[in-house]
Amino acid sequence: MSTPSNAMSESFQAQSVAPAAFPATRALYWSVRRELWENRSIYIAPLAVAAVALFAFSMSAIAGIWEKSLRLDSAHASGTVTQPYDIAAGLLMLTCIVVSVFYCLDALHSERRDRSILFWKSLPVSDLTTVLAKVSIPLVVLPLLTFAIAVAMQGIMLLLSSLIVLGMGQSVAALWTKLSFFRMSLLMLYHILTAHALWPLPVYCWLLLVSGWARRATFLWAALPLVAIGGVELIVFRSWHFAALVGSRLIGAAPVFASMPGDGFPSGPMTHITAGTFLSSPGLWIGLVVSAAFLAAAVRLRRYQGPI
Amino acid sequence: MACIESRGLRKAFGKTTALDGVDLRVEEGRILGIIGPNGAGKTTALNAILGLAAYEGELRVLGRDPWNERDQLMRDVCFISDVAVLPRWARVSQLLEYIVGVHPRFDRAKAEGFLAKTSIRLANKVRELSKGMVTQLHLALIMAIDARLLVLDEPTLGLDILYRKQFYDSLLNDYFDRSRTIVVATHQVEEIEHVLTDLMFINRGRIVFQSSMDEFESRYLEVMVHPEKAAAARALKPVQERQVFGGSILLFDGVDRQQLAELGEVRTPSIADLFVAVMGQQSSQAQGASR
Repeated sequence: MSTPSNAMSESFQAQSVAPAAFPATRALYWSVRRELWENRSIYIAPLAVAAVALFAFSMSAIAGIWEKSLRLDSAHASGTVTQPYDIAAGLLMLTCIVVSVFYCLDALHSERRDRSILFWKSLPVSDLTTVLAKVSIPLVVLPLLTFAIAVAMQGIMLLLSSLIVLGMGQSVAALWTKLSFFRMSLLMLYHILTAHALWPLPVYCWLLLVSGWARRATFLWAALPLVAIGGVELIVFRSWHFAALVGSRLIGAAPVFASMPGDGFPSGPMTHITAGTFLSSPGLWIGLVVSAAFLAAAVRLRRYQGPI
Repeated sequence: MACIESRGLRKAFGKTTALDGVDLRVEEGRILGIIGPNGAGKTTALNAILGLAAYEGELRVLGRDPWNERDQLMRDVCFISDVAVLPRWARVSQLLEYIVGVHPRFDRAKAEGFLAKTSIRLANKVRELSKGMVTQLHLALIMAIDARLLVLDEPTLGLDILYRKQFYDSLLNDYFDRSRTIVVATHQVEEIEHVLTDLMFINRGRIVFQSSMDEFESRYLEVMVHPEKAAAARALKPVQERQVFGGSILLFDGVDRQQLAELGEVRTPSIADLFVAVMGQQSSQAQGASR
């Protein structure tokens, strides 16, 4: 087989047995990369918000607004010392929601609008992979990114606080024990993954589905049915259950959280909703089933869709 | 195995029938030109072949069902379905990276080689390129894929003549190697005339003419006839006659070359002339049928 005369046919064979397929995860990975190339707001928006929050924090630190709360010996200190951290993280999570909503409304629409769907469909990437890559943005990428940026931001805030505390001639150790950074981060990760990824997933999947179906005005098509259902309910039953349901899904103040003892959802917080309660709540699983149905419809729809 | 094989391919949009029972067989290694008027069903047929649209009837492309296996099929098939469909936000380097990531048969070095011959730079965004350059870029990407079937649907529409000529030149010189199959649909018949091995006319969702180019060249002849010999020429039943300065040109189907040489100057007709003749017959048949 190694004689020179066979060299040609060997190289030809080598070419023809070149990999016929890549593992499915590879196409998924690159499809997610492409979403990040196309939608740079996914990382620019939270970074910008974090920068603004840091700027505001350092300004207020210089102005001495938080100085009182940093006097760790005073009575009310324990509650207020973490307050700026929670507010800043809350801003980032709000950004995460806003970016997710706008991303999903556009995700399956922009490729049809600019006709590039014809190019994407000319490559060996299935509609399922494409839709999964798109839903992974609000489900995985944005939550993890929000978390990473929030932790980095809070780390810098903690450094700034420490400097101020040092400047006031107090012990940094006292601050660091009051504000257990590691525990705060873990809680935040848990909170983001539950309240901002899994819980609102049906809303994001609905938006994705509409973006793959509507020819124009995706926001209108996404919102109108919800408004209509809410309106009919209000007129017929004089109740707000549907509107409350949608709102709670998006913002996170879900019934499952509200029914918890204590002061309801967010802020200091998610301490009272354990992973066990969350995972065993029917609301979560109903939401996931509805999400899967919307996604399946979006995958099927993309097969039929061309440029608009 | 045929590269593309269909039987009774049908597609309707509401009450409009876009494809009306198309039986098609394209062998591997051919370059087929599909020519037809607007709305004849060319794009519909190609979309069915590429798995972009649902259809009725039987259709196999490289042994696969395109509608249900588009992603697998696209490992062996590539297409340029329209000019300028590359995403405008993308950088050239990003497109290369992405295709390397998802396409097992893409050769990045080859694509960069093609691009080096153009003024397109890797750092360019698609939105910064002219229409002609976007087509060059798309062609460079497609030609670097080791595919078995390439489908082109009006790939040069709206481009200036230099880009159009370049497009088909590089397609023939750098890409086609007789083991690949190319199917191209276009209005601009003259440009692909010398490229094709097979020819197909399609009208109102039906194939109205098909032939290999060899057969076409031996079967159809065109004669420039002086007015005094016109009557003798008409006796040989031309399929089409048109008047030009200083005489008329008659198109014959299957008439002996020697016989025609006595009437005037004999030459092979252009595809465009045959197309006009075949479409003319079509419409007169349609009128006859409706009478």
